Amino acid sequence: MVASKINKEIGIISAINGPVIKGKNMSSFKMREMVTVGEKQLIGEVIVLEGDIGTVQVYEETEGLKTGEVIIPTGRPLSLKLGPGLLKNMFDGIQRPLKKIQEISPVYIPEGIGLMSIDEKKLWDTTITAKLGDVLAEGNIFGLVQETEVIQNRLMVPPNVSGTVVEVVKNGLYTIEAVLVKIQDEKKEIKELKMAQEWPVRTPRPNAYRRETLVPLITGQRVIDIFFPIAKGGTAAIPGGFGTGKTMTQHQLAKWSDADIIVYIGCGERGNEMTEVIEEFPKLLDPQSGKSIMERTVLIANTSNMPVAAREASIYTGVTIAEYYRDMGYAVALMADSTSRWAEALREISGRLEEMPAEEGYPAYLPSRIAEFYERAGSVETLGGGEGSITIIGAVSPAGGDFSEPVTENTKRFVNVFLALDKNLAYARHYPAINWLESYSGYIKILSDWYEDNVAEDCIELRNKMLELLYEENKLLEMVMLVGEDVLPDDQRWILEIAKIIKVGYLQQNAYNKEDTYVPLEKQYAMLKSIEYLYEKGREGLKLGIPTSQLKDIDIFNQFIKMKYTIPNDDLGGIDRLKDDIDRFYDKLLKKYVD
Amino acid sequence: MKKEYLKIDKVIGPLIEISEVDDVFYGEVVDIVDIDTGSIKKGKVIKIEEKNVIIQVFQNTAGLAAGNSIIKFTGEAFNLPMSLDLQGRIFNGVGEPIDNGSAIFSAIEANINGRPINPMSREYPRNFIQTGISSIDTLATLIRGQKLPIFSGNGLPHNELAAQIVKQAQLGENTGEVFGVVFAAIGVKHDDEKFFRKSFSEANIMDHVVMFVNYADDPIAERITTPRCALTAAEYLAFEKNMHILVVMTDMTSYCEALREISSAREEVPSRKGYPGYMYSDLASLYERAGMLKDRKGSITFLPILTMPNDDITHPIPDLTGYITEGQIVLGRDLFQRSIYPPVAVLPSLSRLMKDGIGEGFTREDHADVTNQLFASYSKVQEVRALSQIIGEEDLSQTDKKYMAFGRAFEAEFLNQGFDESRNMIESLDLGWQLLSLLPLTELDRLSPENIEKYFSQES
Repeated sequence: MVASKINKEIGIISAINGPVIKGKNMSSFKMREMVTVGEKQLIGEVIVLEGDIGTVQVYEETEGLKTGEVIIPTGRPLSLKLGPGLLKNMFDGIQRPLKKIQEISPVYIPEGIGLMSIDEKKLWDTTITAKLGDVLAEGNIFGLVQETEVIQNRLMVPPNVSGTVVEVVKNGLYTIEAVLVKIQDEKKEIKELKMAQEWPVRTPRPNAYRRETLVPLITGQRVIDIFFPIAKGGTAAIPGGFGTGKTMTQHQLAKWSDADIIVYIGCGERGNEMTEVIEEFPKLLDPQSGKSIMERTVLIANTSNMPVAAREASIYTGVTIAEYYRDMGYAVALMADSTSRWAEALREISGRLEEMPAEEGYPAYLPSRIAEFYERAGSVETLGGGEGSITIIGAVSPAGGDFSEPVTENTKRFVNVFLALDKNLAYARHYPAINWLESYSGYIKILSDWYEDNVAEDCIELRNKMLELLYEENKLLEMVMLVGEDVLPDDQRWILEIAKIIKVGYLQQNAYNKEDTYVPLEKQYAMLKSIEYLYEKGREGLKLGIPTSQLKDIDIFNQFIKMKYTIPNDDLGGIDRLKDDIDRFYDKLLKKYVD
Repeated sequence: MKKEYLKIDKVIGPLIEISEVDDVFYGEVVDIVDIDTGSIKKGKVIKIEEKNVIIQVFQNTAGLAAGNSIIKFTGEAFNLPMSLDLQGRIFNGVGEPIDNGSAIFSAIEANINGRPINPMSREYPRNFIQTGISSIDTLATLIRGQKLPIFSGNGLPHNELAAQIVKQAQLGENTGEVFGVVFAAIGVKHDDEKFFRKSFSEANIMDHVVMFVNYADDPIAERITTPRCALTAAEYLAFEKNMHILVVMTDMTSYCEALREISSAREEVPSRKGYPGYMYSDLASLYERAGMLKDRKGSITFLPILTMPNDDITHPIPDLTGYITEGQIVLGRDLFQRSIYPPVAVLPSLSRLMKDGIGEGFTREDHADVTNQLFASYSKVQEVRALSQIIGEEDLSQTDKKYMAFGRAFEAEFLNQGFDESRNMIESLDLGWQLLSLLPLTELDRLSPENIEKYFSQES
């Protein structure tokens, strides 16, 4: 029996209920402390303390555990090791590299393999920038490591540490645990600075102050960049029932966003989707750097069949890694697919704790947890004086596709961009199935200066005009459903025709087409501008009494539908030629009618 | 020697509670022996609180009383012996033979709960399986290693469709690969089980079928283990014996209802419609066992069947399933009532993996275009039909009339096919082109000019 080992610091398991266990003799344990559980040394976290009794959520399968086995404290909260080696890597919900797990067990993920993290043996070519006598404050950079081809890891003094440099090593090859710099603080204490630092996942990393978010995250997706833009440092939610393309949209954003760093969290989703990312991302080139997009990507995978407690942690693991790179002065974009699975993990743990449920069995603290997560986004002045940002884009999987359920409702309160995916659009294979009537972006106003300065004077105006046209179309379609299209007056039929071009030729974007999967802003604008041009030309004709059937030239309309494929991203001459075609056709037509 | 216990404190539905228990582990298998008859029921420890233990009994708890049974803790998790001899055999939901054959003996045992597959170890599925059914092959292509459920309703011919797929699916006969079927019946009617057994023997594959059967009148707790036993057998045959396994499982709705019944017996906080909050994770622990692995040759393709209560696709069972599986084939009642077989409701049906398994080098270069165009056009047909209900077909525009004709032909010729009719991929694609030619070329905005040039021929 293990009971003989009892001493003050060791807990004894007294109850087991799935991933939640209870222990006795735990009065010296701390809330949120990481522990190892049982003979297999499963990893867990203390989530409730009540006198002598502690409750632990276990991040691994608990089958085989017995009462009487021990719970051993580690003396620290669930923490991550932050250092070079995060990028290009895939971790489970508590930052264990899946590649290393595979070396231990080739197919399945076993329990009891213990904690591990980024590679501690790898030697990194390190440049030390700090010099003897330098005064370093928290967040200051003391060295540089080229982590991947495109990203330089800036070695930072951890938060709450500062002092004068008293010792430095020479530039050279070091592991993440080697002492690189020693500093002496005000109390004359010597602190060692290493490449890696540890940080508890549930505590946001500090920054100097929050900045305004004034720059959009360019995604290369027309419906987002032009119609519903996301600011760098902003928050967005993508809700949608199954089959509406949440994951597809998230993948597109992870591939093409112009962020420096991408953190992609597969939270409670399919294993094959993560496999797809691992296979596909290394082959895709980032339009900014020209290098593989994997060079800037960190993957967190807790697939739907992995232990549920680790799913709860995976979101925090992801956002802490994002903050680490933000603190170096990078623009980070974090995709969480799906936050609903994380909320369900909260619900499951809460149910096992027999807490009083609020709506649909979710715990009453669901809204505050969602708020805490999205509030870790933002554009900041870092402790070291740089500028960094985290953009959070969370997918939401509403039960039954109903947006009034608690997770969607509460997420809506804390995000500024809402990209509603629509089942009917998905059924008609209109992708991305972002419904333009239900979606919104709260960043239009603050980003409008940027669009005016960097894209075109009238970019936002044009966007508003085209969106209005789509609203108008929606009203007209309701009428058409009652009376048929033939009875509408010509000016309204012309709106329907143009709206069709916007929908098919513009809003639909083909992720599998080389030209269309990522479209630069310049072309996005030019395409929309040319649609407006066609619209106005037609209206001139309408004034002369020309019927819509005459105004619609099949060849020109076809060119509009296909222009996303036929006009190359780097040569927009085709759009001018299209305008020439329009001029030629309408000049001739108008002339005929004027005569 | 493990202790034996004589006193049951509480019996609630499929759960029993006993007290003063030492030295048991979470998930341990328990034998409950009837003192009078010596018959054994199996159970599993699902909660330990101090010295109190809750056991989920897999057989009927009727007849259990405080003092008429001996409870023996076996010291083992729920393991099943694994062997190639499983093939051709029929077992109940806890893996005991019910075909009068001998028990399976093997040194290899596997825990029926399995363990999550490391995403690094997975091979992304890319090879399509030709089912010979136009609607599935063209519009929701089945990929080897995919989990693709059939969402059906009571009385719809989902069993026929599944049987036809098993019969016609070309899983790998040409390259000397070995193919097998694992069939799990969860809470099914005796008739349904007979139907499948007959179809398997008609297709001459009975020797390669492993069956796990839990009838509708069998204990519900056994429904929890039935799919796990089946998937454990499938994993063994696929990943240890390099076979290509098709797992057919019916009816997932019975499984979820069993889950709900046990959850309510445990007095857990329910979420939607009384189903437990962990149903998503629980279903995922089944569905995610399908797939392919990098260093193994075999595969598990998973076709679960579920009947949507009240034909409601937003019901928690199809809803949570759809979030985990890689698409779905939805059967529609209106098509069925118009005698269209198989009544595949095209628009909500989807195969998420087909994008990487079709086109040049896999099926044919025009496949993606044809699929998209058929979806888009058929979706437009629905709008036109709604309009014609109001203004009458006569008053529709010329183009809309063509859509009506296309819609009718699509259902009668493309969707509709015989139970014994198998069409190959090329035939199905050509049929798609033929139907699209009923529409004016200007309406076909999803087709590339090259494919139009090559395949499109308008009838004058």
